[in-house]
Amino acid sequence: MGITFRKETFRDDFTFKNSPEHIRRFPFPFNEDAYMYAVNIEPHVVGPKGSVLENLIDVDEHYVAEMQDRALVLAEDPLRCQSLPHMTLAGWDLLELLMEQQALGYPEHFTLERDGDRWHWINRPLGIDDTFTFGDTSTLPYGPMEYITRQSQGDFCILDQRDGNLWMDAGMVTTQADWSLDFDIGMNFFEWHAPVPLAHEKGIFVRALKFLTNIQQGKPARRLNWTMTINPRLDTSPENYHKWGPDRATVTPENVGDKVHLRVELQSFWRLPRSNGIVFPIRCYLIKMDELVTQPKWARRLHRVIRDLPEELATYKGLTRYRPTLVEWLSKLDDGSATSPGFGPD
Amino acid sequence: MSTGTTKLDVVVSDVVPVNDLVTRFHFRRRDGELLPTFSGGAHVVVEMRDGDRTRLNPYSLMGSPLDTREYTISVRRDDVGRGGSLFMHRQVKPGLEMVISYPVNLFSLDLRARKHLMLAGGIGITPFMAQTAQLAGAGGNFELHYTCRTASLGTYADLLRERYGNRVRLYHDDREERIDLERLLSSQPLGTHLYVCGPAGMINWVRGRAAALGWPPETVHFEHFAAPQPGAPFDVTLAVSGKTIHVGEQQSLLEAIEAAGVDPPYLCRGGVCGQCETNVISYDGKFIHNDHWLSEEDHRSGCKIMPCVSRFEGKSLVLER
Repeated sequence: MGITFRKETFRDDFTFKNSPEHIRRFPFPFNEDAYMYAVNIEPHVVGPKGSVLENLIDVDEHYVAEMQDRALVLAEDPLRCQSLPHMTLAGWDLLELLMEQQALGYPEHFTLERDGDRWHWINRPLGIDDTFTFGDTSTLPYGPMEYITRQSQGDFCILDQRDGNLWMDAGMVTTQADWSLDFDIGMNFFEWHAPVPLAHEKGIFVRALKFLTNIQQGKPARRLNWTMTINPRLDTSPENYHKWGPDRATVTPENVGDKVHLRVELQSFWRLPRSNGIVFPIRCYLIKMDELVTQPKWARRLHRVIRDLPEELATYKGLTRYRPTLVEWLSKLDDGSATSPGFGPD
Repeated sequence: MSTGTTKLDVVVSDVVPVNDLVTRFHFRRRDGELLPTFSGGAHVVVEMRDGDRTRLNPYSLMGSPLDTREYTISVRRDDVGRGGSLFMHRQVKPGLEMVISYPVNLFSLDLRARKHLMLAGGIGITPFMAQTAQLAGAGGNFELHYTCRTASLGTYADLLRERYGNRVRLYHDDREERIDLERLLSSQPLGTHLYVCGPAGMINWVRGRAAALGWPPETVHFEHFAAPQPGAPFDVTLAVSGKTIHVGEQQSLLEAIEAAGVDPPYLCRGGVCGQCETNVISYDGKFIHNDHWLSEEDHRSGCKIMPCVSRFEGKSLVLER
């Protein structure tokens, strides 16, 4: 049975919603009642059926609507998709990875047929049926990275590896938590992470870089990151701050449940075979408070995490303005009882 | 998590003598599927089961990355080495089932380069076989300078000349032909990257001249897997696992640690990737450092050792393993 794709929006009237099944599969990022940075990296292997890890590249009920939103963002601002000249080969690597994984995980929606370098790709949800020559950019309507990432949920950064560092040299970034590809393009790992508080002092980035530069082909890794967003807006970019920044002043005790969203990023890291680069998909999952608190364990735990979050982190994540309102709202759902270990709902 | 690589079950599909010293080995997957795609400059680690002994040696992939039906490596026979190359030459026949690692690339092309200038010495030609195939397929700009002892030992020289014509220059030691390095390095267009693979003396010579002529270090790439050298046997205490091990004359410290059932991470087994770096808890004696990973300061400090290639002489050595 295939996925039923929702018709919904991530702007203007904000009709985005999760179905009950998608609420239960939401990748809740807290496995205990407190949060602090850690190098929380683990092997990216297939997880339980019915979870977002059932396939290594997840496609869900929001796929079609997210791809439509991406097209709108790109039409307004083409610089959300950039690839420096030496990164085309890595773009083909990514195209292969995403076509293979989507066809493997969702054969009813995607088909890939290969005859040498003659490839035939069918994407039924988006009505695409293309034949092209692998490696020949002139046979696709876009460059290989743009072509496939207009058909894949999540943002994608392609990192070139050289001189013992990683370089943000290509990407498709339209669903980001307040960072800009156009600003970061060409930067190295330490440069683009410079604004993150506390983590540099803990030596986290030195260790993380060492790990990432040693990621091996066939052994991807993953981690979760999180923040919060007001309204289910995928595109919370610095370029559009004027559109979404003011939303943070609109939170009231009456609308918390509908407006405040937990935003979780499933980040994964893959070695690319031909270019020896790394691709870093950042897949964004949104859930509104009304949906999240249908799982009592998550409601209790999120209350404790947000209440006790260090001030620097709350500021960096942009929660300061509405944190008291949110904590007050969540506190009514926290009877103080214990939460079970692990991420999942009870 | 372990930083090792996934393994591939392969069968030796062909063994081809290339000249008096070098033999080429072809591997295919036992399940008939395609092998993983790789990038020019990548190596695999080949597991050799020799009686009760396991050797793990890295070899550059030399086929075209565009063709993954088979992998090919070329092995130069080393009559005074620790026996890995002799095992390959004498024991490995078509049909033998072997295990190799996924490809790992520690000698990657810098795809920003407007020109790739490659210098090979002897068996150091192998990574360039794959890199030139990759670049030629994509219309890349490269030039290869290849030194060998004699024409008959110029492994793949004829093939390279046939494929790439004047983009390949050959130099034969027995004819006293030498690369005019000064002139070569002084006459390259801006945006050229330099790659060198060959004996340690050649790598040091090229890197030294490039530095003296003002080549930025990030444009100079080299691959030098130090093969582990044999040496006097020694004993080591592994403090974490509570074991005492004996390192034989023909064995590396890493191999002895593995033989004791302890599995440190590794990728290159040649002293360059840094994975197996091990802390020294105490020692009474002298280290024989052979790696290219630790700094001179680390070597002097006596606090760290790379067990894949380095050895020890003395009364006692305690490692944090």
